[in-house]
Amino acid sequence: MEARGVVKRYGEREALRGVSLQAGPGELVAIIGPNGAGKTTLLSILAGISKPDEGEVDSADSAVGWVPQQAALYRRLTVEENLLLFARLEAHEDPQASVQEMLELTGLGERRGEIVARLSGGNQQRINIAIGLLARPAVLLLDEPSVGLDPRQRARLWEFVSGLAGRGTTVIFSTHDIQEAERYGGRVLVLADGESLFDGSAEELREAVRGEAPGAADRDFETAFVAYLQHRGH
Amino acid sequence: MRGVRWLLLKDLQILRRSPLQAVLLVAYPILIAVLVGFAISRGPEDPRVAFLNEVPPQTRINVGGQELPKANVEEQICERVECVLVDDRAEALSKVESGDVLAALILPSNLVNKINSLSTLTPGVPEVEVLVNEENAVKAELVDDRITTLLAEANLRIARRIGNEGGRYLGLIVNGGKFKVLGETIPILGLRTSARILEQVAPALPPALRPALEEVTEFASQARDNLDVAKPLIDRLAQPIAVDKVVVGGESPPLEIFAIAVAATLTLAFVVVLLVAGSLALEREENAFPRLTRGLVSSTALLGEKVLLGVAVGLAVTLLMLAGMAIFVPLEWGRFGLWLLAILFSGAALGAAGAALGAAAREVRAVSLLAFMVTLPVAFLSLVPSGAVGPAVFDAIRVLTALFPFKPALQAITAALDQTGPGMGAPLLHLAVLFVAYGLIARLALRRFTAV
Repeated sequence: MEARGVVKRYGEREALRGVSLQAGPGELVAIIGPNGAGKTTLLSILAGISKPDEGEVDSADSAVGWVPQQAALYRRLTVEENLLLFARLEAHEDPQASVQEMLELTGLGERRGEIVARLSGGNQQRINIAIGLLARPAVLLLDEPSVGLDPRQRARLWEFVSGLAGRGTTVIFSTHDIQEAERYGGRVLVLADGESLFDGSAEELREAVRGEAPGAADRDFETAFVAYLQHRGH
Repeated sequence: MRGVRWLLLKDLQILRRSPLQAVLLVAYPILIAVLVGFAISRGPEDPRVAFLNEVPPQTRINVGGQELPKANVEEQICERVECVLVDDRAEALSKVESGDVLAALILPSNLVNKINSLSTLTPGVPEVEVLVNEENAVKAELVDDRITTLLAEANLRIARRIGNEGGRYLGLIVNGGKFKVLGETIPILGLRTSARILEQVAPALPPALRPALEEVTEFASQARDNLDVAKPLIDRLAQPIAVDKVVVGGESPPLEIFAIAVAATLTLAFVVVLLVAGSLALEREENAFPRLTRGLVSSTALLGEKVLLGVAVGLAVTLLMLAGMAIFVPLEWGRFGLWLLAILFSGAALGAAGAALGAAAREVRAVSLLAFMVTLPVAFLSLVPSGAVGPAVFDAIRVLTALFPFKPALQAITAALDQTGPGMGAPLLHLAVLFVAYGLIARLALRRFTAV
């Protein structure tokens, strides 16, 4: 997955200003930044949902799995019916087998017959991700996947996502949880006001802060991140 | 098209999971069918009217000393309304005030005397008393209409009888005959015979008297001729204006068929528009639209699937409703193919309109409200006949209703149900044009769905 010089405008406002990103197989990239930084816009462009005004994105839609922030599934259908529908739409040769595979992957086999609306937010998010995986994508885009999940559900989610990355799937996710980005993101992309400020590992970001605000760099990653933004006028 | 099949299945599964919605979809047309069926098969109920006849039983209307046969006023009035006989004015007033009856009709004791005075030198004004409770404008209008009609009919009957009697007297004067008065029969010579006698005796008179006699003979002839003309004039006085109805612009279908077509179209419109608009908005509410249109199905295919869903459910519900109607009113099942054609075209155009509404709004609730706000007034306006409002307003209504598929759908379904009236060609073409237009609007409006 590669994006070069992506620009996106909404009227006069520039939501993205020449953002570039590259991610290889098995890599976990966290996109972080304040509200309105352009995280969701960048992911929607990478997913092929929005078109950039300038710049290029190299990836075929079919190779990219997209998991939106809010679960994109039918709440009045059962877990199995949702998975079966999208497996059929993806034209899988054996949709039932794909459903079974996803149920095992998400650990929701025993709840396959339950109406989605009755599941917890965490379980809904697992189905949401499973649907994104039905396309068997080389790249998985997750827009704030852990929002609304309790710590236990978050842990299970990241265990699941890390497992995917371990099997070679490129995972790019946005999050507001800076600790989560540090813990699970092999690389961190910092966006602010549509601009890419940093692209590197969490440790490299600490190092950058250490030169500017030494006290902040040695504290938690969130403090270092805030100091980094403040030093650049955000 | 592969994806459309699975989406259609998904929407039917969702519909099945919404028992209230599914029940409403089936129960609503059945309820409408039963209500309309009862309404058109039983006809309007007679209004309840209190009736007090204070005229003495043996009193008769007298014209020129001749009593007319008993009129049976009470019987005739009670054929037209549900009579509640009361004993006095106070009871009549009480029943009107309590709402037990819509109105009270009181024939005062001097009514016949006043009518009889019409043929005297001092005519009075015969009056009947009507008590109405006008707490409700519609009710007041209904009662006014019924009472006015009853009185007009009574006046007409009396005028005819008087006219007949007058004509008989004129016949006696012109042609002669026998006239009974106070038990005695009086022979009447008549103008015709008088003139003939005078003509016969004229040659026997002295020449000096003949000019005067000829004048009298001439007058008798003129009087006879003019009174001959007067008789039809008197006859016409009872009903001076006759109606010669000429049907212009083709025949209309029977009222009950039109009522069925209105009920069926209304049901089809609500079911299809609400279902298509709602299911399309649901794709957005469930955040599924961007996921679906990322290569799984095209926006156009998704729209097509929604319209197909609306047409399929609308067809089933409308046919169910027509089958219900057939219990009350015989329908021409031989025209079933035309029913299908009309319902399919109507459903497609209504579905496209529903898709445009669904694409315009973001939430299912907002879409439902919008669909009601558009469909109900348009349906109402489509039923306004020409002449019921001013020409400018009617032109505006005509343009407005032509922009929405309800009116052409009603025309097509009416034509499909009954061969009387205009054909199906023009409405079907109209529906096809609206289908394309709303389809394009919906397709353009769907672009808003992709905005993240």
